[in-house]
Amino acid sequence: MLGRLSWDAIPFNEPIPLVAGAVVVLVILAVLAFITVKGWWPYLWREWLTSVDHKRIGVMYMTLGLVMLLRGYSDAIMMRTQQAIAVGDAQGYLPPDHYDQIFSAHGTIMIFFVAMPLVIGLMNFVVPLQLGVRDVAFPVLNSVSFWLTASGALLINMSLVIGNFARTGWWNYPPLSELAFSPDVGVDYYLWSLQISGIGTLMTGVNFVSTILKLRAPGMTYFRMPVFCWTALASNMLIVAAFPVLTATFAMLLLDRYLGMHFFTNDFGGNQMMYANLFWAWGHPEVYILILPAFGVYSEVIATFSGKGLFSYRSMVLATLGICVLSFMVWLHHFFTMGAGADVNAFFGIMSSIIGVPTGVKIFNWLFTMYRGRIVFTAPVLWSVGFMVTFVIGGLTGVLLAVPPVDFILHNSAFLVAHFHNVIIGGVVFAVFAGYQYWFPKVFGFTLDDRWGKASFWCWLIGFYLAFTPLYILGLMGMTRRLQHIPDPSWQPLLLVAELGAVVIFLGVLCTIVQLYVSIRTREQRRDLTGDPWNGRTLEWSTTSPPPAYNFAVLPSVETIDAFWEMKRRGRTPVEPHYEPIEVPRNSPTGFIIAFFAVVTGFSLIWHIWWLVILGLLAAAITIMAFGWSENREREIAVSEVARVEQARLGARGRA
Amino acid sequence: MTIAETDFVPTDVARGRGGGGPAPTRTVVAYGFWIFLLSDFILFSGLFATYAVLSDQTAGGPTGAELFNLRNVFIETMCLLLSSYSCGIGALAAERRHIDYFYVTAVFTFLLGAAFLFIEFSEFAGMINAGAGPWRSAFLSAFFTLVGTHGAHVTLGLLWFIYMIAQVFVKGLRPHVLRRLLCFSLFWHALDIVWIGVLTLVYLMGAR
Repeated sequence: MLGRLSWDAIPFNEPIPLVAGAVVVLVILAVLAFITVKGWWPYLWREWLTSVDHKRIGVMYMTLGLVMLLRGYSDAIMMRTQQAIAVGDAQGYLPPDHYDQIFSAHGTIMIFFVAMPLVIGLMNFVVPLQLGVRDVAFPVLNSVSFWLTASGALLINMSLVIGNFARTGWWNYPPLSELAFSPDVGVDYYLWSLQISGIGTLMTGVNFVSTILKLRAPGMTYFRMPVFCWTALASNMLIVAAFPVLTATFAMLLLDRYLGMHFFTNDFGGNQMMYANLFWAWGHPEVYILILPAFGVYSEVIATFSGKGLFSYRSMVLATLGICVLSFMVWLHHFFTMGAGADVNAFFGIMSSIIGVPTGVKIFNWLFTMYRGRIVFTAPVLWSVGFMVTFVIGGLTGVLLAVPPVDFILHNSAFLVAHFHNVIIGGVVFAVFAGYQYWFPKVFGFTLDDRWGKASFWCWLIGFYLAFTPLYILGLMGMTRRLQHIPDPSWQPLLLVAELGAVVIFLGVLCTIVQLYVSIRTREQRRDLTGDPWNGRTLEWSTTSPPPAYNFAVLPSVETIDAFWEMKRRGRTPVEPHYEPIEVPRNSPTGFIIAFFAVVTGFSLIWHIWWLVILGLLAAAITIMAFGWSENREREIAVSEVARVEQARLGARGRA
Repeated sequence: MTIAETDFVPTDVARGRGGGGPAPTRTVVAYGFWIFLLSDFILFSGLFATYAVLSDQTAGGPTGAELFNLRNVFIETMCLLLSSYSCGIGALAAERRHIDYFYVTAVFTFLLGAAFLFIEFSEFAGMINAGAGPWRSAFLSAFFTLVGTHGAHVTLGLLWFIYMIAQVFVKGLRPHVLRRLLCFSLFWHALDIVWIGVLTLVYLMGAR
């Protein structure tokens, strides 16, 4: 009846996951109870859970990413603490089985449920506004994407309390992840949660490529698009081209595990290196899926706060697209040790180094944008400058690793761990925080406190260097990654420094939370009535903060790059605009319902509850068919309503 | 009025630099669906690559040359291609609002697609009964997964087609129904393209 599920699945004999799980469940129950007592359910259901507004969906993505950041961070500090104390005779507090689950969960969650939602959240909010249009191409699909991502996050967190998680690292290599060596549910949790969220991500890619290429304000030719839109386009093209490979790869591993096939097994002709190749054919583009929009954020922030147009816009666009293409030609550098021979390794080593060229172009473009600009050193600018320094170091260690003979020595060492944290924290995370503070007033109508933002930046920057410089050194000293026990006591001092760095990073996280709290408390003094708090350049700043549901009452007409800057320069024409009725998409519970059944189906697949699998799939299919039959997917806002909203908004702006 | 005319873009804004403002719904829907189909091709490319690597790994089991029956595969292929041809005629009929012709072609499209599936299933069943199931060797795992994924697409396509015929029957050939039919026929033709790859790589090259 319940497949493999029984009371044994609850880890009563392991206090750490049990207590952590109990705390999480209690917090969730408390939040749900609070919402019920306050009577917020109708509001939440109407305005958020069923919303198909790209701005709301963006906010929900960001919230998911920030909550999961706390989970991923908890894993990180547990690992750092274990490595700092389990030296010599001491065994630390995490048994190997649990430690292995933690490093696997840390990587999986940080990539798929922190970095991806944060980046996709920013794109969701910003891209349609920058393009000067009212929504994405497929608003309901957008909601489905978000809820499928959230389903994956929920499933992966369920593994904390019910059953266990994979011990196979975040790439889940066979043969370790095959049934013969991982017979329990851990690997299945990994595979199904990523399959479900992966479908959501793929749909996001389809949606945003269509939006950016087919829905832009009149006059916005390709070379008048803001750079962030270009980078979003590149990132989503990579999603469309890379995520299906991941889906196919995981499907093959699932067939091995569920139907006894032999894609990646040791016997019957299976080939594990096929998995490694396919995984990284997705995995390397994935890092550019994350970093390209980050580059877009820096471009916007630096241009705005330097009071100048971006230096050499066209070379920035070409560099972005160049990285987009090159990212598919380097995957083999993740396993130079496969034994493909000197020629193959040389090719991939050279290609990997070549990617540094367009990236270098970008760095110089940002520097020249700042050169002789009127720079305002707000927190987003600090994040951007901190990024430039940190990312160059990460890039250089990357070029080192791209040299195959060096890679043979540093492969799977702490040096590698330091390298990719260097580029992902210094590149993606810094950009997310810069973008978060930069666009926050547009989202909620008031600015964030800059001092706490700067405090957060300094904690993250110093914490990052404290945490990861020691890992570079330890890697050169011979320390491999994923050690549950440290055999060499001479490594301990550096591991203690790394632990301190992780604590300082946590102070940065705390500063961000305090920043939000302080800013909400003082929001009345921080209201952004102009809609343009930073003297911005692109179209999102031409509407009010927060924008109305339809974004623009009249679609802006674009004549140049940096369209809004040009409009301001020429002076706004105070004509009485001619309003027309506006069609906006109706809210739809489709995404939420499909995601609910996706969780049910995924959970029952993991636990082999076959009847529930069939029920869940049927219910999801019926939901899709019901939506497929519907026609009135838009509602019209009447002219009188548009005029009333617009006058209220413009009136508020006039008083400012 | 044909669909092409309803989505007329004035030539003074359509100069290929993308400055013409938001595209009409029909364009956006078809374009988005094409992008999705591209992603589906990439999914298949992963399976093709795996098949190419594993096709020699028979682990002492039967090889493709022993298993494949090119006569059946030829009939199968003709069924699928004629089904697509019929689907294309049906799309033209729908665009001209000839609903009766549409139904006639729909019957052919469906039956030919179903015949394709029937032949595929009997091939699979025969192989499994002969002890050449997907668990026998890496080659057979890759074979069943690649061909079976295509077959699963055809199955889903047929279910979708029934659903679309029901929509045409209840609602008539209204613009939003036509848009969905357009997506279906894109999907149906895309499956042909994948099948040509399967036919070449798996059957023609494997039967030697």
